[in-house]
Amino acid sequence: MGIAQTIKAFTLYEFVKAHALTLKYFFKPKATINYPFEKNPLSPRFRGEHALRRYPNGEERCIACKLCEAVCPAQAITIEAEPRDDGSRRTTRYDIDMTKCIYCGLCQEACPVDAIVEGPNLEFATETREELIYDKAKLLDNGDRWERAIAANLAADAPYR
Amino acid sequence: MPKVKVDGVEIEVPQGATVLQACELAGKEIPRFCYHERLSIAGNCRMCLVEVKPGPPKPQASCALPAAENQEIFTTTPMVKHAREGIMEFLLINHPLDCPICDQGGECDLQDQSVAYGRGHSRYAENKRAVTEKYMGPIVKTIMTRCIQCTRCVRFAEEVAGVEEIGAIYRGENMQITSYLEEAVSSELSGNVVDLCPVGALTSKPYAFEARPWELRKTLTIDVMDAVGTNIRLDSRGRQVLRCVPRVNDEVNEEWATDKTRHAVDGLVRKRLDRPYVRRDGKLHPVTWDEAFAAIASVDHGGSVAAVAGDLVDCETMFAAKALLKELGSSLLEGRQTGMDYDTSSLAAVNFNTTIAGTEEADAILLVGSNLRWEAPLVNTRIRKAIKKGAKVFAIGPETELTYKVEWLGADLAVLGSLPERVTEAFGKAAKPMVIVGGAALKGAHGAALGLVEKLGLVKDGWNGFNVVHMAASRMGGLMLGYAQKAGISALYDAKLSFFLGADECDHARFTGFKVYVGHHGDRGAHHADVILPAASYAEKSGTYVNLEGRVQRGERAVFPPGDAREDWTIFRALSEKLGRTLAFDTIDELRAAMALDCPELATLGLKTFAWNPPALGGSAEGVLDGYPIKDFYLTNAICRASPTMQRCSAELVHGESFAEAAE
Repeated sequence: MGIAQTIKAFTLYEFVKAHALTLKYFFKPKATINYPFEKNPLSPRFRGEHALRRYPNGEERCIACKLCEAVCPAQAITIEAEPRDDGSRRTTRYDIDMTKCIYCGLCQEACPVDAIVEGPNLEFATETREELIYDKAKLLDNGDRWERAIAANLAADAPYR
Repeated sequence: MPKVKVDGVEIEVPQGATVLQACELAGKEIPRFCYHERLSIAGNCRMCLVEVKPGPPKPQASCALPAAENQEIFTTTPMVKHAREGIMEFLLINHPLDCPICDQGGECDLQDQSVAYGRGHSRYAENKRAVTEKYMGPIVKTIMTRCIQCTRCVRFAEEVAGVEEIGAIYRGENMQITSYLEEAVSSELSGNVVDLCPVGALTSKPYAFEARPWELRKTLTIDVMDAVGTNIRLDSRGRQVLRCVPRVNDEVNEEWATDKTRHAVDGLVRKRLDRPYVRRDGKLHPVTWDEAFAAIASVDHGGSVAAVAGDLVDCETMFAAKALLKELGSSLLEGRQTGMDYDTSSLAAVNFNTTIAGTEEADAILLVGSNLRWEAPLVNTRIRKAIKKGAKVFAIGPETELTYKVEWLGADLAVLGSLPERVTEAFGKAAKPMVIVGGAALKGAHGAALGLVEKLGLVKDGWNGFNVVHMAASRMGGLMLGYAQKAGISALYDAKLSFFLGADECDHARFTGFKVYVGHHGDRGAHHADVILPAASYAEKSGTYVNLEGRVQRGERAVFPPGDAREDWTIFRALSEKLGRTLAFDTIDELRAAMALDCPELATLGLKTFAWNPPALGGSAEGVLDGYPIKDFYLTNAICRASPTMQRCSAELVHGESFAEAAE
């Protein structure tokens, strides 16, 4: 045992040092937050719950091109389409199995009209799996609910695309 | 045989080949839009530019340039690459970038070639041209802004379909493709322009927005709408067949298909029989398979059992029914539902002996009571080709539009016995004469037509010019399996138990016994049945079909039958067990082996030739033909009648109702 080691042992140096560290963090601001009353900031690119958007005039954006269905690596998206009464191309069915989804964001990358997006919502846990199989009505409803946040995120991210 | 060099590799090409064909022979891919092997050369898209030496120091359109001796062709030089990029940029100037809503997306020549040969970006910032939609009928949807004016559709309508109803108006950038007076194109082959269109300007109206090519499961099979045996591919998603497109088979359908072949598939999901029914107190009640079988087993038939084959059934079904009848001690088989009773002792006498492809070579053709345009549209296109090579066509029967020039000899069959001099003269000069007997004449004039064989010299070394046109996909297979009685279908009327294998066209009321309908659509046959056993349609079973020229072809299953319906042969196998006469096959392979023993011609696929030993029927024909057997091309069988697309085609193209929508 060296001299320095002996002195440290007798002055309880390590003991004091450890307590000093504890005290330092005792007075530092907390890293944890009081979720759900407090929340962390999210990146505009955050990939959360899916939503189908509408144009400002209320017309749904999705044109049933099926590119999201094709690109989806988890094959979570199912689309069926037919001409609407006015002759435009629209989906009759747009389902996302959220239990299959891996939140990779390829669907929103593929979308030519920014219809399917992954919004900032991450709090959509459910009690049953059935509730996680989203249909078109649910996705459009999400879009209406989150439109302002989604539009702001898209605008914030636009310069980098 | 000129020798040319393609990118430094010397190859020999056939006389008269174009530079583009030479490049293809050398294995080089030449992009093209307007060029199509089966159409005339237009040379107006300029996408096939290559560099040719000797020649002017500029790229040349390879599709319209004949390959010459000692030519040097370059397909990969910077000049060629630059030229292709330039052409692609020009083509895309007015092409809308609406691929996401375009039905052609995923199978679009313009998409593929712009990726492969284009620049990747556009320098064009001005306004694009827009073109109004044109009405082209119930089959073809038009989005004319997408058109790149390759004129393939125009050439197809004129050269193959024979209806000069599609054309181009205005010129330059304002050029527009339109149908005559914007009325429906009156061709039964109009659906083919959808396949020909290299972009999304002409797309399929019934299939609009239904699916993308990459989500479809593709099954190769055989069409049953007519007796030609068109080779088709059924594209299905899940349990539904969404579309039908032709496959290339130069021997049969080249690469065309009729509108009925293409668009009757939406009838496969309508009016289907999906569970067994038994008639009690005059009403059909849904039952289980066991109850249905028990109802059949309770019939005291005493060996008087008959089977009527419908127009759409495959050989396996007919063989299974035949095997069951044999076990029950009967051979009352018939497939000619409309009362035909022609002699079938020699199959060559009721076969299309010249073969479909051989028709092109004929130089004198006599149609006897055949509206070939409706009975076998793809044979009709071959006759058009023969005419282009100089053939003369005569016809006996009520005058009708056959899409080519025909010399009508009147509707009286007696003319067969005393053909006018101009006919005998034309046939005397002909090296390859042809007589085609259609459904209208087969009943009364079969013998008289066979008499022409000697008189007109139809059969010679390497050429058999006697042809019979059938209209049912099951007919030749049925005749080979013995589905023919001397007296025709009337021999079956008194059977105590009759099986109808999807037979909807016969006179069911005249069958006095217990009627069992084994079929897939709730059509005429099902309405008369005492027991209905739900079976599979042609898309739902693997089946063997023999076309009108005796070509044995096999199709695969695309989807599963709906509900409780089963494949036809399994129904007969299960029923045989309930009747205590178990059939000796448990799998389709065992059935086919048994069928091959019964009828060796069905053992292998391909064209079967029947020895030419026609029966001596003699007899002269008389009587005036007052019509053709097909009254409505679009509604000839149960699947068509269930199809909304075919009903609309019938209403619009046959009965002249107007559905024309105003252009946007």
